[in-house]
Amino acid sequence: MAEYKWPEEDKRTHIGKRISRLDGPDKVSGRAKYTYDINRPGMLFGKVVRSPYAHAKIVSIDLSVAEKMPGVKAVKIIQNPGAEIQWAGDEIAVVAAETEGQAEDAARAVKVQYEKLPHFVSGQKWDAIPEANRRKPSENVNGDPDKAFKEADVVFESAYGNEVITHCCLESHGLIAEWEGDNNLLVHQSTQAVSANGGQFAQALGIPAGNVHLKMDHVGGGFGSKFPVDRWGLEAAKLSKLAGGKPVKLMLERDAELMVAGARPSIFARVKVGAKKDGTITAWESQAWGTGGVNNFNFAGALPYVLRVENRKETFSVIGANIGPQRAWRAPNHPQACLITMSAFEDLAAELKMDPLDLFLKNLGLAGARANVYRDELMKAAEMIEWKKLWRPRGEGAPGGTKTVKRGLGLSIHTWGGSGHNSDCDLTIHPDGSVEIKMGTQDLGVGTRTVLAIVAADTLGLPIDAVKVNIGDNRYPVSSGSGGSTTVGGVSSSTRRASVDALNALLEKIAPTMNTTPDKLEAVGGKIQEIGKPTNGMTWKQACAKLGTQPMTTRGKQPGTGTLTTGGVGGAQMADVSVDVETGVVKMNNFVAVQDCGLIIDLKTCESQVFGAMIMGVTYALFEEKVMDAQTGRMLNPNMEFYRLAGLADIGNFKVHMMTGKGYDERGVIGVGEPPTVSPGAAISNAVANAIGVRVPSIPLTPDRVLAALEKKGGANAKV
Amino acid sequence: MSGSDERHDKPDSAGVSRRNFLKGTSLALTIPLVTGGETEVKAAGADVPILGPDKVNITLNINGAPKQVSVEPRVTLLDALRNDLDITGAKRVCDRATCGACTMIVDGKPVYSCTTLAIEAQGKKIRTVESLEQNGKLHPVQQAFWDNDAQQCGFCTPGFVMACTALLEKHPQPTAEQIELGTGGNLCRCGTYHGIKAAIAQASGRMRKTGPAKLTRGGKNNG
Repeated sequence: MAEYKWPEEDKRTHIGKRISRLDGPDKVSGRAKYTYDINRPGMLFGKVVRSPYAHAKIVSIDLSVAEKMPGVKAVKIIQNPGAEIQWAGDEIAVVAAETEGQAEDAARAVKVQYEKLPHFVSGQKWDAIPEANRRKPSENVNGDPDKAFKEADVVFESAYGNEVITHCCLESHGLIAEWEGDNNLLVHQSTQAVSANGGQFAQALGIPAGNVHLKMDHVGGGFGSKFPVDRWGLEAAKLSKLAGGKPVKLMLERDAELMVAGARPSIFARVKVGAKKDGTITAWESQAWGTGGVNNFNFAGALPYVLRVENRKETFSVIGANIGPQRAWRAPNHPQACLITMSAFEDLAAELKMDPLDLFLKNLGLAGARANVYRDELMKAAEMIEWKKLWRPRGEGAPGGTKTVKRGLGLSIHTWGGSGHNSDCDLTIHPDGSVEIKMGTQDLGVGTRTVLAIVAADTLGLPIDAVKVNIGDNRYPVSSGSGGSTTVGGVSSSTRRASVDALNALLEKIAPTMNTTPDKLEAVGGKIQEIGKPTNGMTWKQACAKLGTQPMTTRGKQPGTGTLTTGGVGGAQMADVSVDVETGVVKMNNFVAVQDCGLIIDLKTCESQVFGAMIMGVTYALFEEKVMDAQTGRMLNPNMEFYRLAGLADIGNFKVHMMTGKGYDERGVIGVGEPPTVSPGAAISNAVANAIGVRVPSIPLTPDRVLAALEKKGGANAKV
Repeated sequence: MSGSDERHDKPDSAGVSRRNFLKGTSLALTIPLVTGGETEVKAAGADVPILGPDKVNITLNINGAPKQVSVEPRVTLLDALRNDLDITGAKRVCDRATCGACTMIVDGKPVYSCTTLAIEAQGKKIRTVESLEQNGKLHPVQQAFWDNDAQQCGFCTPGFVMACTALLEKHPQPTAEQIELGTGGNLCRCGTYHGIKAAIAQASGRMRKTGPAKLTRGGKNNG
């Protein structure tokens, strides 16, 4: 059996280099077709009738007017009278018409009567949450926290919070569903799970799973929110059937995207930390709560984050609220846990008049096996941002500030798993020398296509463009959904195994013709040649011609023998901000990230992931919040003017350093999508506290929150 | 979203300004409207044909070629191209002039095609992202976006490419402030701004070498 491992550093021709993404030209030219871009013959447009109320019972639905309107081909109830609606924006009925305008008109003409019920949409203040909305708390105790607090030199108490944010994918959720006969469904869906979703459609629609063909070339963002087929997905398929099988395109409007298609739960916490005078952290206690809508989610055990104080007690309560349901959001739970933990430790450092970098370094033993990785990463980040030169004790302001604009530095560390998911890869070598891969995976914009080509080309000794990559179709070999940073580890491992097997099979065929044995041959620079004797060689094309008339396909699997992917990464980030204490506006100056993720396949797209995560992090640290109106129960900002994303001018100067080489590469390939998203909230919040001398307790750090914190402290003119 | 650019400017005289629109509607109260007929009203001294609500045939000059399309007057330029002409490079995201994913260059200026009516765009030179690539060769801005990995999911990319093209056509050597302003009407969710900044720097250098004359393909030189 072949031995599967990654090539040694001196043998890598493409792996670890900076390689431009394969689909770049398609994306910059507008040729790349996303689900939203697909126009099918005779296609109808689907529009959803949504509940204006956060909590209500449907009394009656009248479709009669809508059904008779021009261009309308199908109208359908989604939730029947009597159903209880739990959030504003929930789906009530759906229409399909020839033009988008006609569908909108018809949706507006559907008459729904509701019986309004009391709603609850907030959840920031524990004491203001009705008893009925607090679910039974979980409690975890480790060691003896009571004793540890009694023995502590210092006990520091505070409260921190993260508001609910949304995914705000630029390509909204949606699909085009069409029937080919009564039993076969073709779906183009914007999804993170190409291989999995066909079966979900089939099960719900009562047809064999093999009869659903699902395709997707490109997806305009997912971030954890695009796994399910969704109720609107199934309804589009049913509408299509009602309309005689015609394709129905149903893409969510922007307001619906922000109201119902995904949210990151809020987490608030009261925290108590015990420590020795020298900064050794000895005890932790936290009471946390948060809401992800009406559904449950688990945050138990998430605190304290990374630095797992041995003597700890933590409780967590889910708060039920009438808001659109939560979905996995890049590194679920970690950003919230990170903000709470790292803020508490930075506050503790300020209390002890210590440099937080020293406090973190002192307590790295609590990080367990990766303590040394964190040490290296913190020291590297400190060097990149000039921490020792610029950091000043809290409220003194880093150099470069003015009377009204205060500068500060903050840091944070984070972790994530990221082991490769299950993946099958079919690699075919054709007799003409061409090579193609088929895999039912998806490229969320992270560079998955490029990774497959790099791994195969590196293994086969070919240029990258010699490998044709086919993904985004559920008729290709099964690969798992893209979540939890598991994709690159999974797909690179199955591709490596397929490529190694394919090469070995080819070498078996041609070795006799070269008067040698396969183990003495290598594939290098587009040639197959004898190791140490390149004169005994032939071109790749000549070698493949010896396959005869039949192409040769090998299947690579993950998991499989040999360790090509593992999990567990660390990372450190440091932020340098300026805060205008008169306006409360926070501005990024510099932001650095040091990240490890095992063996890197494509350094260019890998770094892009980290830069992107940091920018997304600036966005949730400073701007993002799903603002709910207590009175009406509706989201006040379901649009992109008031649900703010950072712009190019908001981000400051960014630097990224990837930890590579010895100690990292041998861990195999590990995903990087989630980990760098975790720290920005904490690092930026800590930098703001350092700048203005007071903690802004919850993110986003909007001007009103900054000014409120300053006022509590005594206003902008207070002595700091 | 910290800046704003000329996409937020008042439309020029050929467009339907808010003032003209109000005049038109107040006149409309006194003049019977004949749907799809020939009736015209005067607004700001110019003849204004009354169109719709049914579909009307219009001709749009897209990337140098006339395209016939039949759309309801309420249809936006973006939707006419995407839904009726299958020109899908420009994307629909916010659908209300905030994110810039729908950016096209109309008569030399970047516009939000999601808030421009298709009927308003008649007689204007409309350039979409599809026009930039020539004979299989990427435009310097596109090449720079690729080289600097200024895209991830890529859904905002065509809009950014058009905004940056318009910026560099107007300011071949943009200052930091001009870059912030020129891209201030575009948003990205994946966080590609670091790459976009590098792409603008690269494209600016290359476009200077090739000279501005080659850069205005079909569009009015607005410099």
